[in-house]
Amino acid sequence: MRAVLVLEDGKVFHGSGFGAKATKIGELVFNTSMTGYQEALTDPSCAGQILLMTYPLIGNYGINAIDYESNRIHSSGFVVRQMSPDHEHRNSEKSLDLFLKDHGIPGIYGLDTRSIVRNIRDHGVMPAAISTGDADPKDLLRKIHEFDYSGQDYVKAVTTVKPQKFGKGKKIALIDYGAKMGIVRDLVAHGCEVHFIPATTAAKEIKALEPDGIVLSNGPGNPAVPEYAYDTIREISGYRPIFGICLGHQLLAHVHGGTTKKLKFGHRGGNHAVMDLIKNKIAITTQNHSYVVDNVPKGFEVTHIHVNDKTIEGMRNDNLQIFSVQYHPEASPGSHDSKYLFDEFMKMIK
Amino acid sequence: MKVLVIGSGPIVIGQSAEFDYSGTQACKALREEGISVVLVNSNPATIQTDKEIADIVYIEPLTRETLEKIIEKEKPEGLIATMGGQTGLNLAMELKKSGILDKYNVKFLGTDAESIDLAESREHFNNLMRKIGVPILPGHVVSDFPEAKKFADKTGYPIIIRPSFTLGGTGGGTAYDEGELKKILGLALRLSATGEALVEKSALGWGEFEYEVIRDQFGNASIICNMENIDPMGVHTGESIVAAPSQTLSDRDHQKLRNATLKIVHAIGIKGGCNVQFSMNQETGEFVVIEVNPRLSRSSALASKATGYPIARVATKIALGHPLPEIRNAITETSAAFEPALDYCVVKIPRWPFDKFPMTSRVIGTQMKSTGEVMAIGRTFPEALNKAIRSLEIKIPKMKPEEHLYPPTDLRLFAILESFRQGKTTDELHRITKINKWFLNRFREITDLEKKISKGLSMEMLLEAKKAGFPDMKIAALTGKTEAEIRRMRKSGGIIPTYKIVDSCAGEFQAVTPYYYSVYEDENEAKPMPGRKVVVVGSGPIRIGQGIEFDYCCSHAAIALTEMGYRSIMINNNPETVSTDFDTSDRLYFEPLTFEDIMNVIENENPEGVIVQLGGQTSINVAQKLSEAGVKILGTDIDGIDIAEDRERFRHLCEKIGIAQPENATALGEAEALTIAARIGYPVVVRPSYVIAGRAMEIVYNESDLRRYMAEAVDVSENKPVLIDKYLDNAIECEVDAISDGSKVFIGGIMEHIEPAGVHSGDANIVLPSIRLTGKDRKTITEYTEKLAKSLGIIGFVNIQYVVRDGIVYILEANPRASRTVPFVSKAIDIPLAKYAIHCMLGRKLPKLECKMNHFAVKSIVFPFLKLLGTDIKLGPEMRSTGETMGLGKSFEMAYYKALLAAGVRIEDENRAAFISVKDEDKKEVPKLSKALKELGFTIYGTLGTVGSVEHAITIPKIGHGHPDAVELIESGHISFVINTPTKGGRANTDGYRMRRASIQKGIPCITNIATAYELLKALKKLEKIEVRPFDKYAS
Repeated sequence: MRAVLVLEDGKVFHGSGFGAKATKIGELVFNTSMTGYQEALTDPSCAGQILLMTYPLIGNYGINAIDYESNRIHSSGFVVRQMSPDHEHRNSEKSLDLFLKDHGIPGIYGLDTRSIVRNIRDHGVMPAAISTGDADPKDLLRKIHEFDYSGQDYVKAVTTVKPQKFGKGKKIALIDYGAKMGIVRDLVAHGCEVHFIPATTAAKEIKALEPDGIVLSNGPGNPAVPEYAYDTIREISGYRPIFGICLGHQLLAHVHGGTTKKLKFGHRGGNHAVMDLIKNKIAITTQNHSYVVDNVPKGFEVTHIHVNDKTIEGMRNDNLQIFSVQYHPEASPGSHDSKYLFDEFMKMIK
Repeated sequence: MKVLVIGSGPIVIGQSAEFDYSGTQACKALREEGISVVLVNSNPATIQTDKEIADIVYIEPLTRETLEKIIEKEKPEGLIATMGGQTGLNLAMELKKSGILDKYNVKFLGTDAESIDLAESREHFNNLMRKIGVPILPGHVVSDFPEAKKFADKTGYPIIIRPSFTLGGTGGGTAYDEGELKKILGLALRLSATGEALVEKSALGWGEFEYEVIRDQFGNASIICNMENIDPMGVHTGESIVAAPSQTLSDRDHQKLRNATLKIVHAIGIKGGCNVQFSMNQETGEFVVIEVNPRLSRSSALASKATGYPIARVATKIALGHPLPEIRNAITETSAAFEPALDYCVVKIPRWPFDKFPMTSRVIGTQMKSTGEVMAIGRTFPEALNKAIRSLEIKIPKMKPEEHLYPPTDLRLFAILESFRQGKTTDELHRITKINKWFLNRFREITDLEKKISKGLSMEMLLEAKKAGFPDMKIAALTGKTEAEIRRMRKSGGIIPTYKIVDSCAGEFQAVTPYYYSVYEDENEAKPMPGRKVVVVGSGPIRIGQGIEFDYCCSHAAIALTEMGYRSIMINNNPETVSTDFDTSDRLYFEPLTFEDIMNVIENENPEGVIVQLGGQTSINVAQKLSEAGVKILGTDIDGIDIAEDRERFRHLCEKIGIAQPENATALGEAEALTIAARIGYPVVVRPSYVIAGRAMEIVYNESDLRRYMAEAVDVSENKPVLIDKYLDNAIECEVDAISDGSKVFIGGIMEHIEPAGVHSGDANIVLPSIRLTGKDRKTITEYTEKLAKSLGIIGFVNIQYVVRDGIVYILEANPRASRTVPFVSKAIDIPLAKYAIHCMLGRKLPKLECKMNHFAVKSIVFPFLKLLGTDIKLGPEMRSTGETMGLGKSFEMAYYKALLAAGVRIEDENRAAFISVKDEDKKEVPKLSKALKELGFTIYGTLGTVGSVEHAITIPKIGHGHPDAVELIESGHISFVINTPTKGGRANTDGYRMRRASIQKGIPCITNIATAYELLKALKKLEKIEVRPFDKYAS
């Protein structure tokens, strides 16, 4: 099956297709993690994005039942240098190819992915089209120009419709802006009863649950878009300890008077060193974000910074009992170095 | 501040060029902070022993005594113990434990003695792992057989045996039954530094994974690279084919091992680099930690080159107390606190010396036998694997695949490919080899593609083959075309390689360090460099006959080129070396060294010329083809190279210019060979033409041996003739390293072999200046060298070997390239020959150079016999040593003694006892030898045939004819050294062989040559107290 990837700047890359026969438009982003493609594809934060893995050999260990970050693929398309035609792992249940097929997602392989990464690095992330049919690149380019990633409300598209409950113990309200199951797993492992609630849940409904603590999850898209979440967050700030992760962190900044900006090509990968300014120690973290907090709100202090580009990676407000990070302490995929943040959260709610 | 760095000594199996690489990087990292570096190493063929790298360089034996003297003299404040392999680490620990470091107030920098002890002592390590909850294999530290047997009976076989504190798994092994346990344990206990060994349940067949990690004293840590051994447990990691990063681990698996790695390095308190090895049962997910190396290692060199992350440099900065986040990554100019992201796949394959040791079993296991390795980079696994295979420069013999699959041999990879060709399935091969099916399927992809190509080649398929790493040569063989035809077809279709950067970050950041590999993709990141530039062809994997010396020369070329205003472009495939370090050359192409791969780089860069004199036979071998392709060969031209290499042309030249040669001729078949030998008279030296390191060279004493040789030698180099030389016995062999600018010739030195002619020059003990040659001999040699260099049109290096008998100088051969003695001579005379040779190649004239030697330099050698069971240790025209040492002294005796000491020959002062057993021809020497021994206080033991007539000698029954026999006596530890001269043509299992083997295993010096024995005794006799000096201070 032939396939094509067209970028907004007009560059066209031909390759072989796999997965579903389909055409999709999305923001083309690259991820440098060398393992964890299943987790990345099923991460709701990837909604609206075509995902390119920089590691060239993908699919080697197949797809298993335990590494889902949600119940479906959220990426619009998948770009790899080499798709493994076979898969070998004790947990593997199906091939990457079949997985994409089952979820209606197109994939492309056999193209010079590194040259695409360098293009994005130099010119920034951009919309792109992936098509495993015989689409005309010109038509695709037209569709690309109609696409607006930053204006879309992806949170609404991915959040849970009905509240769900996991685990037993301390009661945690986890507001699902597109939460990874990794967060749920970590909270459950820390002895929590997790109330997994829609992004639109009102503050009084949350208070009615009488949680011991609240987690604002990660999620896709521009933090300026889901304004419906702002009031809730404002009203629960100071009510119970709050832990914000990724989009949750950015929303906290917006609500309390900080600002965010979009990075040229984001941070996506499992190798980013973050300095914990309190412990004066680094952690290797998993990152997956386009937007970043560039001004923390009044009353908040910066607690973590990125070792390389010095962007803000974490903040806290002790009066309001809020702390949040830009990266993913739940990992999945990636380093477990930041799991200690869950311990700190548990200390806050005891 | 002054810091002492200890090197790793001579190249041995398990300890190769990687420690020159790490030590050199460490020295640079120290000096850029204004720290004065004192470096000690006994191996002169290292870049780290150059004055440009360290401030004060001692080329002295790596023993406690010499180190104490150096410490006393230099008074360094600190010591870095983790850059010199197991040798450097053990020595540093010895200095610590004996109180020397405390006495002189020398601090351990980086990972300290307590941490090293925690990691290296099996008992402490296992206790620590239990405490922190990292699983280990059930095991038990034992000091005798009954204890081991008790454990084995409880656990069940197979049982792994590991001696404590040894290198490359020496003396370890896998025992499948009680008999084997007894045998292997016996050896392990003898070799163990502590008299202890670990017996362990075997994880045979599980997957093996390695994690390279760096940690600072503040607890910041990052994983630089993980690697997956394609050969499952049961094969030493140094013997395994390795992929980086891991290919079959899910993120969940990977994080499990990553977490365990961090837990371990935090608990041990690593301050620097560390290597952690795991084994994982991939059917259950269960894992155990196998071992930890709290130092830079072969694997860390591989990880450095595989990722572009300079581990040794960062480890050194950490040793100085810098926090990891504040150290810069010189490649991306970002912080060194990150985990490299790869966007390619790396494959490493070991290089084994079995072509040199036909009597040794090819089975590979828990003890290392390989001498070196190659690495290749590709965007797919088959691409990297195919590039690695051709980097090995080996001829794959015809074989029965089933004989190599299990137990594995060095040929297993090829046996698997052959099995697929014969129709075996992945499942069948997995059952036999336990290799993960994912890898087996990639091997099968290669043979499937072969099949496809052999049915007819389209342009599309050619591109597919190139993307899968197939060389033109192979495609040609599959399609019945020539390499040139495929190359033409490729170019006509626009199928040419592009080059990608190894940038440690998968393209996320702009990389400033130009480290490239080829692929067949769209974007070429290696835009040709501007300015004047020169390509240096490297020497590939370390093997017997082609060692670190050539990498030393190549690295020098890069430095000299820069000094002269050129840009240097290095091509090499050996991950252990300095030449492949990211800051050695202006550009590094990590590529195989075939004509095709070199030519591709040349076409991409269009340099002014190519240097082929420095990469040993590897680079000389491509000279002809490069020249035919219109590439300018710098220095000696192709005709000069050909005359030197072609025996017939060389003979004519010598006749013409009046230089005597031992009578010789060239034979194409057996009949011709027999006629020639009869004419010139036995003994004769026979060898194939275009030899490397005396490959398949032999001294033949009679007609039947010559018939046997001809039958066996044909296989070595098909359709190339065999050379027959008169063997001159009782002659002095000597050799010259010279450089020429085309008109002026500079002779670096006339080196004399201590052994009589006939021992391969790479295996001979060599002294400079000569001690037995007359002034007239020297004058003749000088004249001949000048005459020959001019006649050959040498520009750059030439190495010439001579034999002198009865005042007549004969020439043996001339090599139009750098020889393995270049670093030795350069250090002895304190003149960097490589630098001037490169100046000549680029058209400069030689300045006035003067050799000032007020001292003696002796080169001694080390052999791999301990690692290669079944191999006899006698010496001959076939080279068998892996590495060399240098001894310096005001007297010859002192220099010789130091060289031997550095090579591991130790003769204590007390209870001296010698065992003598010599061949009939040498018996006449016994009375003189015995007298000399007695004067030195030796008790003499020997067989009746040898020492029967010697007064006060103790005679020992022949082996198996009474107790204790010779072998039992040697094993008892009573003997301080053995003199045993082997009979010619001796095969394994003779008494002599068993005695030599026993002495090797017991670690007792075994002298196999009367001349060497005399010189050793002379040295012992005159021995004063050892004096140490920086190597450049001996001349004064």
